Amino acid sequence: MLSMKQISKSFPGVQALTGVDFEIKPGEIHALVGANGAGKSTLMKILSGAYRATEGEIIIDGNRVEINDPTDSKRNGIVIVYQEVDTALVPHLTVAENIMMDQIVSPDHSLFVRWSDIYKEAQEVIDAIGLHIEPKQLISDLTLSQKQMVLLGRAVYQKAQYLLLDEPTAPLSLTETEKLFTIIEKLRNDGMGIVFISHRLDEVFNTCEKITVLRDGKLVDTYSIAKSSIDKIVEAMLGRKLENAFPQIKEDIGEKLLEVKGLSGDGGIHAIDLHVDAGEIVGITGLVGGGKTELCKLLFGEGKIHEGEVRLKGKKISLRTPHDAVKAGFALVPEERRKEGILVEESIATNLTLPTLSRYCSATLMRKNRIKKASLESIEKVGIKTPHEKQLVSNLSGGNQQKVVIGKWLLSDAEIFLLDEPTKGVDVGSKSDIYALISELGEAHKGVIYASCEFSEVLGLSHRIYVMYNGTIVKELITADTSEEELLFYSTGGTEFGK
Amino acid sequence: MESKKLDIFGFFYKYGTILVTILALLYFSLTLDNFLNFNNVTNIFRSVSIVALIGLAITISLTIDGFDLSVGAIAGFAAVIAAKFMVIWGFGAVTAVIVPLIVGILIGGINAFLIIKIGIQDMLATLSMMFLLTGISVTFQNGSAIYNFMPIPGGGIAEFTMNKAFLFIGQGKFLGIPVPVYIMLVVATLVHIFLNYTKHGRYLYMIGGNHEAAKLSGIKINRYKLIAYVMSGFLSALAGVVLAARLGSGEVDAGSPYLMDGVAAAFVGFSVLGTGKPNAFGTLLGALLMGILLNGLVMMDFPYYSQDIVKGIVLLLALGLTYYKMKHKG
Repeated sequence: MLSMKQISKSFPGVQALTGVDFEIKPGEIHALVGANGAGKSTLMKILSGAYRATEGEIIIDGNRVEINDPTDSKRNGIVIVYQEVDTALVPHLTVAENIMMDQIVSPDHSLFVRWSDIYKEAQEVIDAIGLHIEPKQLISDLTLSQKQMVLLGRAVYQKAQYLLLDEPTAPLSLTETEKLFTIIEKLRNDGMGIVFISHRLDEVFNTCEKITVLRDGKLVDTYSIAKSSIDKIVEAMLGRKLENAFPQIKEDIGEKLLEVKGLSGDGGIHAIDLHVDAGEIVGITGLVGGGKTELCKLLFGEGKIHEGEVRLKGKKISLRTPHDAVKAGFALVPEERRKEGILVEESIATNLTLPTLSRYCSATLMRKNRIKKASLESIEKVGIKTPHEKQLVSNLSGGNQQKVVIGKWLLSDAEIFLLDEPTKGVDVGSKSDIYALISELGEAHKGVIYASCEFSEVLGLSHRIYVMYNGTIVKELITADTSEEELLFYSTGGTEFGK
Repeated sequence: MESKKLDIFGFFYKYGTILVTILALLYFSLTLDNFLNFNNVTNIFRSVSIVALIGLAITISLTIDGFDLSVGAIAGFAAVIAAKFMVIWGFGAVTAVIVPLIVGILIGGINAFLIIKIGIQDMLATLSMMFLLTGISVTFQNGSAIYNFMPIPGGGIAEFTMNKAFLFIGQGKFLGIPVPVYIMLVVATLVHIFLNYTKHGRYLYMIGGNHEAAKLSGIKINRYKLIAYVMSGFLSALAGVVLAARLGSGEVDAGSPYLMDGVAAAFVGFSVLGTGKPNAFGTLLGALLMGILLNGLVMMDFPYYSQDIVKGIVLLLALGLTYYKMKHKG
């Protein structure tokens, strides 16, 4: 058994963890949850040797251990799989080499690599946990979920006793998630102690035995899953009762804003017909890979349109670049926030005013006071928690970063908001703020496309829903008359629900 | 304790380069009698003017996270064109200034085309361009320098000479200060204003910071990349014109040494005032710092052939500050 006792960690100016107790038992999946900034990742990084605790001790099987760096951690049988799997893999090497990497680079290894042994041993690991990957495949040819599995394979090869998984399911589709769980459960049955960090509580309740909730760097409590409920956990995470998560949306729908006919283009998008009216929130859902991200990008001029037409207020528009789209009145909140949505090394003000910068210039010279005024307005409106507008975006939590991305478009005259997974990687508190913002967009008579593979969100916050499958819209549904089951049915390629 | 240590580093990070410049100035002016006299100071400024112009060209390409290695070759080519137009073909000063500048703009455009449309990596595209231009320059001048009264392959000597008005650009003085110094200061000021106070400058930095996010914010990234390389080409050609006017001839491969010095100035500039970004003021100070050190050391009988040691040390220190900070932030 591994126990962390009274762990504290402070960074200059920030107390990240205060006196946290945490235990992992072999043969158990233990969920670690909390809002963004609650300290989950910090706690795990202390175990993996990326950080050193300021105070507290770690005890494994009764012996106190020192974990000062990743090597110490590995020596004690602890393996962490970060969400960014690519950082731990060498893309142009094979699956086998990546699984066996520790052995290949170990100093006791003989001068020559015996390839037959490598492939054989790797195959054994692959079989042991039931992966469907060839040892000779290149990592660069694998999907993200397969890469995760390679890392799990490596953990098995390293004879890990404690496996830490940092939000492994966030980027996965439903089927991929199920596969991952099959493997994790197998590892548990083989006696591994597993820590599972996730924002998706339904998964946690289906898979884990225990759940520990952190809030503001402190331990709230550890619960047995059998004796707890999602509501109770959410309450513990927030420190308050969760009111109805979704705001009531108005049924005040106006003229036709956006009309798309026969649209085909990059990313396998084909034969898309859809429309969005003023004041309407239209959900687009489907599984990962169904095409909603590609559709949003295509409507935003990112990617080539092969066929079809897009009309805004009845006028045909051409969307060759994102610049065209912004000019026409589109706004995009992209799925990959850090990669596509924000400039992390810049200030909140710079980020917020980027799409509308011309407005705060006279004769192309930027006016600092105008930029400041607009930024403060936007910060207030979307509720970004920050001491001042010059704060770097990298210092904000995921939820506040997302508010910056939304805020920058609220400053523009955008008519159509394309929101692609706007609540991804956002903590529970910020989620309700974002829902409220989306509902306000509807009230302001904007057209909103709300793309998400979280069925519950789309159902909670839309008037109509389009379901996508394999790059096209397979079903249009009125939100009030549908259900999660029906959405899932069409998302997985079903044709006639209820028959 | 820890925070105090950090503050000292923070101070050095921000003001280190400026501090070193001031210390060097103090040291040299105390130990050398004629270091701080008017002539020597203007001499330092004049000696760094071309490096500073080339450094500014590189700075602009760096803002979009690009890298223009062809700057020195463009300068050399521009110098050769200017000399050939005057000495061989007998054109006046205006043509000898304008044609090279237009050529610089065109080369910048070609660089941008290779990088944006064909998709060659910036360094590789501009490296190829560097070779190409150096070769074209040498061929264009038939393998030898172009100068007044040079012998012509067909017999006789060159009919025309470098234009007086043209030479004024490189050798003239106004109010006792060399013309290249004015050019350097004006260009540095303009680039500084462009990068820091106009929306165009901000777009360039944003593209360099996160290409994808900039594009998805509706910035025309290809257009701004083109602008960056065209400006880089233009400034390099301007440096070449000043160079030709100063030398009074079109030398073989005269521009290439300026590439490395310009790169050094631009990267020393990263550390000035702790910006950690390419910036015009920093590049100017970087060029000046190098100029001051070299000038002072030469006056102290430091062998001129060892100058690169000084440049290397200054560059390492400046990069050390910048990258140590990047690695240890937060």
